[in-house]
Amino acid sequence: MSLDKNDVEKIAHLARLAIAEEDIPGYAASLSSILELVEQMNAVDTENVSAMAHPQDAYQRLREDVVTEENQREHFQKNAPEVEKGLYLVPQVIE
Amino acid sequence: MEWETVIGLEIHTQLATKSKIFSGAATAYGAEPNTQACAVDLGLPGVLPVLNKEAITMGVKFGLALDAEIGMTSAFDRKNYFYPDLPKGYQTTQMDYPIVGKGSLTIELEDGSTKVVGVTRAHLEEDAGKSLHEDFQGMTGIDLNRAGTPLLEIVSEPDMSSAKEAVAYMRKMHSLVRYIGISDGNMQEGSFRCDANVSVRPKGQKEFGTRAELKNINSFRFVERAINIEVERQIDLLEAGGSVVQETRLYDADKDETRSMRSKEEANDYRYFPCPDLLPVKISQEFVDELKANLPELPDVKKARFVETFALKAEDASTLTSSREMAEYFEVVAEKCGDGKLAANWVIGELSGYLNKEDTDIASSPVTAEMLALLITRIKDNTISGKIAKQVFEAMWKGEGDADAIIDSKGLKQITDTGAIEAIVDEIIAANPEQVEQFKAGKEKVLGFFVGQCMKASKGKANPGQLNQMIRDKLK
Repeated sequence: MSLDKNDVEKIAHLARLAIAEEDIPGYAASLSSILELVEQMNAVDTENVSAMAHPQDAYQRLREDVVTEENQREHFQKNAPEVEKGLYLVPQVIE
Repeated sequence: MEWETVIGLEIHTQLATKSKIFSGAATAYGAEPNTQACAVDLGLPGVLPVLNKEAITMGVKFGLALDAEIGMTSAFDRKNYFYPDLPKGYQTTQMDYPIVGKGSLTIELEDGSTKVVGVTRAHLEEDAGKSLHEDFQGMTGIDLNRAGTPLLEIVSEPDMSSAKEAVAYMRKMHSLVRYIGISDGNMQEGSFRCDANVSVRPKGQKEFGTRAELKNINSFRFVERAINIEVERQIDLLEAGGSVVQETRLYDADKDETRSMRSKEEANDYRYFPCPDLLPVKISQEFVDELKANLPELPDVKKARFVETFALKAEDASTLTSSREMAEYFEVVAEKCGDGKLAANWVIGELSGYLNKEDTDIASSPVTAEMLALLITRIKDNTISGKIAKQVFEAMWKGEGDADAIIDSKGLKQITDTGAIEAIVDEIIAANPEQVEQFKAGKEKVLGFFVGQCMKASKGKANPGQLNQMIRDKLK
């Protein structure tokens, strides 16, 4: 499968990435070659192979349901461009 | 043309864990904004999720309660989208290997019939934060306290064919999650909310029509109204020659209409992929067996037992088992007073009436189960009549003490002294010669008049059964 300019623009938009117009053909070629590799793998018969959710042969460790975090709002909000009444302010998301 | 409605529901229920699904931040409702949002919840670089065991436990409990398939190996995936209340840029959820697989729920309809609704799956995921759109000079305020709160999303098959069925399903699910203690089910606080997939098709057609998704409905009443309005809209549209667009719609309760939500956004493209930060979760058969052994009695089983043990009507047993709190309250009353039917009548009647009127719940009732049991005992041992008992109940509700104290202080004890009652009866008979004649002429109904008058004269303290017999004897 080979990607065209529109595909690259859509992927960039979904990832909220700004890309330069002149870089698009390069991205299209690189991404297409990744997909080609996936297509090769698609050709393998996996009928009797159970899907692998993780490459390590290990399972998730669980933690007990205990509150361990303290309020560090002030500390975290030092990084925020704008806060008010304890809220993080962001550009308006509804019209 | 005759139309048929097809409805599937996705219910999001917040799990009642103390800490979040992937972090040790608290989940308590109503805290100051962002005071319960830690580095993991904020999606700061370099943090890693650590899965809460209790969330897994609760998911499995739910699966067992539905008698559904349990995901012995489940896994987490990332659902990618950008929205400021989801700072990570993806929601961690379960796509291919959910904690709960296929199951079903039997719902009861108004006509007493039952219907089995398929449950496709239930999976664990994290809740997002909250966006506040008011008062910030053109900015949006973000509170991330809710971000990372564990949710169980319960997906039904498109098996419901009316708004009423959808509500019955939602109520039953609501009751169930509270029974097994995995959610407080508080709808005002958003702990239990639902999306409805609604479509219509010509009656008899096999293929589904195009569906619209009604988002985030958080009351039973709104679910019913939103679905009915959406069905009407779709039918009008189709009959006018138009077609339904697959989209997300929002129910506006004030305007009583549904409207398109994401007109400007393009179709969702979530690009799910396995979350590399979380290993698959494997649970043992022993773990499942132990949870199964400790599962509380479920509503349907409880209901059948109430009908059997206390000889209740199925309808009353349904009402009493609609919440675990009410069922447990009833059972204490019934056991202590030894009369299931009277206990049921008082819990469904007087008690529920007061609870509704004062808009409170059974857990905060000023009249405890023990107090109500004592009151009923006093009716049964003829200390007071049922009518006086209502007066005593009101006094108990107001906090004036237990039944015995109130009966004593207000002098409400039933008159059992035959002489005193006889005197009242004689007086009333003497004062109403006309009615005496009517009774003698065969008008049985007049007996009620005499009983009423005597009750009034005794200020309700005579025993109605005793009065009835005595008047009858005297009028012969």
